[in-house]
Amino acid sequence: MSETILLFAVTAAQVMLAVAMALALGRMIRGPRAQDRVLGLDTLYVNAMLMLLVFGIRTGSTLYFEAALIIAVLGFVATAALAKFLMRGEVIE
Amino acid sequence: MSHAADLPLWAAIPVAAFLILGAGLTLIGSWGFFRLKSFYDRIHAPTLGTSWGTAAIVMASMIFFSVLQSRLVVHEILVGIFVTVTMPVTLMLLGRAALYRDRAEANPDVPAFDSPKGSLAVSGEEEPAAGPDG
Repeated sequence: MSETILLFAVTAAQVMLAVAMALALGRMIRGPRAQDRVLGLDTLYVNAMLMLLVFGIRTGSTLYFEAALIIAVLGFVATAALAKFLMRGEVIE
Repeated sequence: MSHAADLPLWAAIPVAAFLILGAGLTLIGSWGFFRLKSFYDRIHAPTLGTSWGTAAIVMASMIFFSVLQSRLVVHEILVGIFVTVTMPVTLMLLGRAALYRDRAEANPDVPAFDSPKGSLAVSGEEEPAAGPDG
């Protein structure tokens, strides 16, 4: 019984997160300006990180948590560097 | 999902509810990010996914592994704390960069570079008169 409930919830969550990733990717491709694309990349990595956490629940392994943590750290650094580049034209001055 | 067969029902229901809540909020946020018109509207939408979307999925994961392994598993909260702390920094940097770019192009949709009320020129003239008092 609990297995059925969890299977339904995990599958529904994965489908919703996949649609959310597709929407972020669509805005990243379509976005009229550079800041829209950077924000699309930001949304995309957060959604991918949540997808990995849900995947960890599905497989019962805590290994995916570490991948999610690395995505969170690297995504923050990447978006901060891209925002700095949009602002100043250089990343390191 | 055979590892979840021995999960009791009282734990499976909150895990499922938190998963659906978090994924649904993330989907709403991304949908808004896709649909809204201007960049300054769009920058607000994905924060649904980074606040309660992340928090609910992290909470579901914590409940699931804590009940399954019969011990307290709270390392997922690192992801939640990290996203909560860093996302405002990211969005403020990005918002300032976008505003700077729009102002540099003299875009009429954003307020221009002008000094606020009581600007430096006015206060600079009154400064020497107030000087001897101090």
